[in-house]
Amino acid sequence: MDLILETLGLAQSAELLSLSPPGWGGNLLRGLANSLQIAFGAFAFGLVIGLFGANGKLHGGVVTRDLLAIYTTVIRAVPELVLILILYYVGTDLINKAAQTLGYGRVEISGVVAGIWVLGIVQGAYATEVLRGAIQAIPPGQIEAARAYGMPPLMLLRRVTIPAMMSFATPGLANLWLIATKDTALLAIVGFAELTLETRQAAASTRAYFTFFLAAGALYMTVTLCSGFVFGRIEKWARRGQPSLKRSKR
Amino acid sequence: MGETVSASEQADAIRVTDLHKSFGNLEVLKGVSLTAHKGDVVAIIGGSGSGKSTFLRCINFLETPSSGEIVVNGEPIAMRQDGTPVDRRQIERVRTRLAMVFQAFNLWTHRTLLENVIEVPVHVLKVPRADAVARARQLLERVGLAEKADTYPSFLSGGQQQRAAIARALAVDPSVMLFDEPTSALDPELVGEVLTVIRDLAAEGRTMLLVTHEMKFAREVATHVVYLFEGRIEEQGPPAELFGNPKSARLKQFLKTVG
Repeated sequence: MDLILETLGLAQSAELLSLSPPGWGGNLLRGLANSLQIAFGAFAFGLVIGLFGANGKLHGGVVTRDLLAIYTTVIRAVPELVLILILYYVGTDLINKAAQTLGYGRVEISGVVAGIWVLGIVQGAYATEVLRGAIQAIPPGQIEAARAYGMPPLMLLRRVTIPAMMSFATPGLANLWLIATKDTALLAIVGFAELTLETRQAAASTRAYFTFFLAAGALYMTVTLCSGFVFGRIEKWARRGQPSLKRSKR
Repeated sequence: MGETVSASEQADAIRVTDLHKSFGNLEVLKGVSLTAHKGDVVAIIGGSGSGKSTFLRCINFLETPSSGEIVVNGEPIAMRQDGTPVDRRQIERVRTRLAMVFQAFNLWTHRTLLENVIEVPVHVLKVPRADAVARARQLLERVGLAEKADTYPSFLSGGQQQRAAIARALAVDPSVMLFDEPTSALDPELVGEVLTVIRDLAAEGRTMLLVTHEMKFAREVATHVVYLFEGRIEEQGPPAELFGNPKSARLKQFLKTVG
């Protein structure tokens, strides 16, 4: 093993990337863990917002619909980097102001929580539209059948609407998840120690930019490939009641 | 009402009085009254746009009536002035007693036939799952779909889907079954298998309201036939009389065109 690395001239890179210090591999993995934690939290939070948002847009009153239209339009119109800066600094500022008026000192806001909130609000706007489209794609007769058999609204949402829309929503949601994993990199700008920031620090300290950014790229790629596999399984499950569009082999 | 309900009213499975329904400016039902006693099979016939489907859908409030009174099993459904129901829970409870079979089957495509049949008993009526499954298997057997219990609806023919939908309706042990043109979406060769199932249900004394285009079938199974024309009952009576000796010119004309 060592010999192979030696002949390929990668011994130095392997040393830099080793998991224990002086190598920086451990830092990169910690950064990846932070990124995934935020991506997962933001995606879940975005889904919750999206579910309420989609139902509000479809069934809500005029005021609800207008407020949701403003929310989805504004969030989707402004670049995410700008939104992160606004939401992060405004958010922390507001919380601190509130804490001060209530007589508490400065509140230290956890980077993870802030990241989940900020990205979750962004994700929520997109998820609202994805889920709205998916709900509208459900054959109306299926909802009607549930109503005709006396299902109360929340049960109808849980037992019919959500499972029936899954097959329409999965491709869009898979996109959103991948965007979430990569949007975490934008949090580097507010000093959160996710994968991109860790990579930059490692690269700057060792001057091995190429090695570290290539390694980070490989990590992001791995996440994407694993996600693709998981979402493939989910989509297959969600489409279980529908005949495949591929012709079966005879 | 409550305690003052008389014995004869008790025996009314459904009593509809002076039902009106408008969509915007278009008045689809212009005062329809209809009583179905227990064991009656009421066939509702009429041309397209006569309001027959709307009438059926008003009974379980899939459409909100504009005015009128609806009494199900002696229980009047509380309606506001504009026809909207007062109590959502009452509607939900009444709906579980009125099983509907749709023109387009409307099975839940993400669930197998068995899951479709047990869905309402288990989740709405809170029947123990094992009991619901045993009953569902009996019902699927009865409509000739025992082997298809674990198949998803999209993989079945229209006739099979409609028979499964009838099993789903029977699973709630309904006091009245509402059939909304159950064979209209079927290929001609599949109509027979569905009618056979409905005929058996009529023979065992189930109360049914049946909106249909199958005149021969209506004549055969119905105890009472109602002919709707432009939102009003034009003529009604026993099938032999209504089909054999129609009085209204419109009904004569209608019977001539359909059959």
